[in-house]
Amino acid sequence: MHDDDLTGETLAALGERVVAQARSGEQIEVVAVRSVETDVRAWQGEVESFASATADGVGIRVVIDRRQGFAHAGSHDEEVVAETLQEARDNAAFGSPDEFLGVAVPDGVTAPDLDLWCPELAAVAPETKIDLALELERAVLAGDRRISSVESADYADSLSLGAVVTTSGIRSIERSSGCHLSVFSIAAEGEDTQTGFGFSVGRSLDALDVQQAATDATERAVRLLGARKPATMRTTVVFDPWVTAQFLGLVGATLSGEGAVTNRSLFAGRLGEPVTSSLLSLTDDPTDPAAFGAGLCDGEGLATRRNELIAAGVLQRFLHNSYTGRRLGAASTGSAVRGYSSVPGVGAMALVPTPGDRNAADLVGGIADGVLVQEVSGLHSGVNLVSGDFSTGAEGLRIRDGELAEPIREFTVASTLQRMLLDVVAVGSDLTWLPMTAAGVTLVVADVTVSGE
Amino acid sequence: MTSAMPDAEVLDATLHAALRTGGDFAEVFVEDRRACRAGFDDGRIEELVSGRSRGAGIRVRAGASVGFAHTTALSPAGLREAARVAAAAARAGGVQQPGRPLSRQDAPAPNDVTAAPDTVAKARKVDLLCTAEEAARAEGSAIFQVACNYGDSRRRILVANSDGLMSADEQVKTFFSVSVDAAGDAGKQNGRETLGHTVGFELFDTVDVADLARTAARRALRKLEAVPAPSGTMPVVIGPGGGGVLFHEACGHGLEADHIHKDVSVFAGRIGEQVANPMVTLIDDGTMSGEWGCYAIDDEGRPAQRNVLIADGVLEDYMWDRLRADREGRDASSGNGRRQSYQHLPMVRMTNTYIGNGDSDPGDIVADTPHGVYVAHLGGGQVNTATGDFVFGMTEAYLIEDGRLTAPIREGNLIGNGPDVLMLIDALGNDFAMGSPGMCGKDGQGVPVGDGTPTLRVQRLTVGGTAA
Repeated sequence: MHDDDLTGETLAALGERVVAQARSGEQIEVVAVRSVETDVRAWQGEVESFASATADGVGIRVVIDRRQGFAHAGSHDEEVVAETLQEARDNAAFGSPDEFLGVAVPDGVTAPDLDLWCPELAAVAPETKIDLALELERAVLAGDRRISSVESADYADSLSLGAVVTTSGIRSIERSSGCHLSVFSIAAEGEDTQTGFGFSVGRSLDALDVQQAATDATERAVRLLGARKPATMRTTVVFDPWVTAQFLGLVGATLSGEGAVTNRSLFAGRLGEPVTSSLLSLTDDPTDPAAFGAGLCDGEGLATRRNELIAAGVLQRFLHNSYTGRRLGAASTGSAVRGYSSVPGVGAMALVPTPGDRNAADLVGGIADGVLVQEVSGLHSGVNLVSGDFSTGAEGLRIRDGELAEPIREFTVASTLQRMLLDVVAVGSDLTWLPMTAAGVTLVVADVTVSGE
Repeated sequence: MTSAMPDAEVLDATLHAALRTGGDFAEVFVEDRRACRAGFDDGRIEELVSGRSRGAGIRVRAGASVGFAHTTALSPAGLREAARVAAAAARAGGVQQPGRPLSRQDAPAPNDVTAAPDTVAKARKVDLLCTAEEAARAEGSAIFQVACNYGDSRRRILVANSDGLMSADEQVKTFFSVSVDAAGDAGKQNGRETLGHTVGFELFDTVDVADLARTAARRALRKLEAVPAPSGTMPVVIGPGGGGVLFHEACGHGLEADHIHKDVSVFAGRIGEQVANPMVTLIDDGTMSGEWGCYAIDDEGRPAQRNVLIADGVLEDYMWDRLRADREGRDASSGNGRRQSYQHLPMVRMTNTYIGNGDSDPGDIVADTPHGVYVAHLGGGQVNTATGDFVFGMTEAYLIEDGRLTAPIREGNLIGNGPDVLMLIDALGNDFAMGSPGMCGKDGQGVPVGDGTPTLRVQRLTVGGTAA
């Protein structure tokens, strides 16, 4: 491997060398990745840490006699790759036979023409990166007299290269770059302490907005000062775009073909039926270059594509990789997701709700009594995607007579995913791409339990 | 692939290179990790997966700044290059700092491993999956899916630093989990059970995976009758083992010295104060034999320790890594410097965190609670250390009515504030147990942790359900 190669051709060549060793009746898929990353953390006007590294990985999937085996290694060393192929072959003997197993087959779909690559990031001087982190910390501290400190102000960037090569004739190369700023702020007044955060994400340095990240971090912390635990009530909640994006990420997980195959999905067997409020339309579109999760190819090397999932409340399709597609007699939707250390799963990459026509202030203005949720915690521990039970810790602001009112904290928001999707009463116009698998938008959900005192 | 670790001469030369342009401390962390996992789902063994990662992380400290680089090249030249990058990142300026000569300082392993995973035939690992799947399915026809996972890992680490420390450890872990889905009139429900220990395959000499499977299956089946969880604030009794997650979130993270150093913990500046009910003594113990969070040395080369954090309700000490211990002028860390892998910087992490036995009969604790919630099994949790607000999930829970457990309730989070909750603990049982193995996430890194408690009661916690 040439250490300075940024074309991805050496990764594909590595894959080709392995695939060329396929024996009769054996299918092989190789995924090879390389990432070049920098992380800078500033604290109290100094560099707390500066990390810089290149990391490699290779994953090899072997399917033989309808059985699958897999092995991975954090190296491109030829000897390691040979051992990894041997392990994958050995492991295949232990899988159960399944006629639907196999690598992806080229399906004629052309990869979108996206420019997600800004190699100039690699040449940015360390001092420039450090200055951005330091400037971010200063900007938050200067934003409001009640900001007492900054827990951390980070700049990070990465150049990611990946190749997928298969015995079925797939040879895909993907390159993307990204950089981001993130900051965690502390506001204090009297005995009270509250926290906030802000970030800015782009594919190149000129897309980063220090001031926006700082303003968000300042406002989110300061406006919670004086927050108290609310009374328990059943009410209308407004999710801000950050919270909605996390909520939609969970919805996306229920639309994975894996859930349809195993019948675990809340929506298994309901294609063509209304499953949400008619106000909600949801598409997974990794071909949109504005999306954080945009990409040319999926984890099996097939072209990404735009997949409409919910149209005016009606379930249109599940997302599939080639296995779940074959199982259900559908085609792959180009939705295989994976790292190099696992076999392909299925998932959304860039979920986007169709925006409505009213902004957040308008939507709040129409609510006599409710709660704005600006942050949630414990989505991993309080949401069950099999039962649909939804319960999350939250903080935010009361809404009274159409105005944002006093801050509240230490409460939960609970319902079920099924009910919340049916209880969506408005979708905002403020579509925002966030650094996750879903875009955010202001979302209004009726009849949710807020549990407090 | 070669398994040799760099020798003292190479490590010494690497440390020398790391401090060539100045800096006050340098460290090389070498890791060689092999892992195996296998999954059974949807009626079939999905696949067996083998993984290997091997590399070194090099850290250079110059004043308040740390430079870090990692590499998979463990040759003298590869390590030297990573040392150069780490030194440049630390922006150390000045003259060569002499390091001390390396001397080997190993610590005793918390326990022996008698059946190393790589000596066990893969077929035996796969057989466990089939045994568990069959046992779960046999529990009832309402069960429509069973997923089982087996995992083992062997992690060899070697740490050398410019103080002259050179220390090694081999950490073997074995894991098994079962997740069962059942369908009933009121929808689908899910039950889980997990087991994880810092031991080899001998784990299954004493544990029958069929028992784990039956526990998970019964959890799922019982929940088919579950009623919506209540909402509002009420007494909460947590069964043996489960309460460890509560302490992990309510105060464990807040007692990590990095949060204290940055003044983003509600426990900063409170050493010597009464922070919990006097019946509470909280210990973090990396030496607990065979437990999920134990080791001989931490990822900075320090031997694991048993650290008393809260004694009879009084805050005694925080948990420390090398960096924060140095900054506070302490002699050494508390053996809590951990990292996910050689690609990560170490930071302060918990090991096995627990509360010992109290003197109440667990049955009496429930009988003395007229109305509330009993949590038999917990999921994960999350905390904001600066405000102290934390959540944790209940994956098996019941209503308490007139001092008796009644209907099972649906899943949800509970929310509370750490300092408040520690004072509100008003009963501690005599039935101590360790809880489920956990993966604790912090700043993007996951490390294995254990926890344990006897049955305990919190006078008031907010239950995040939907029922009035």
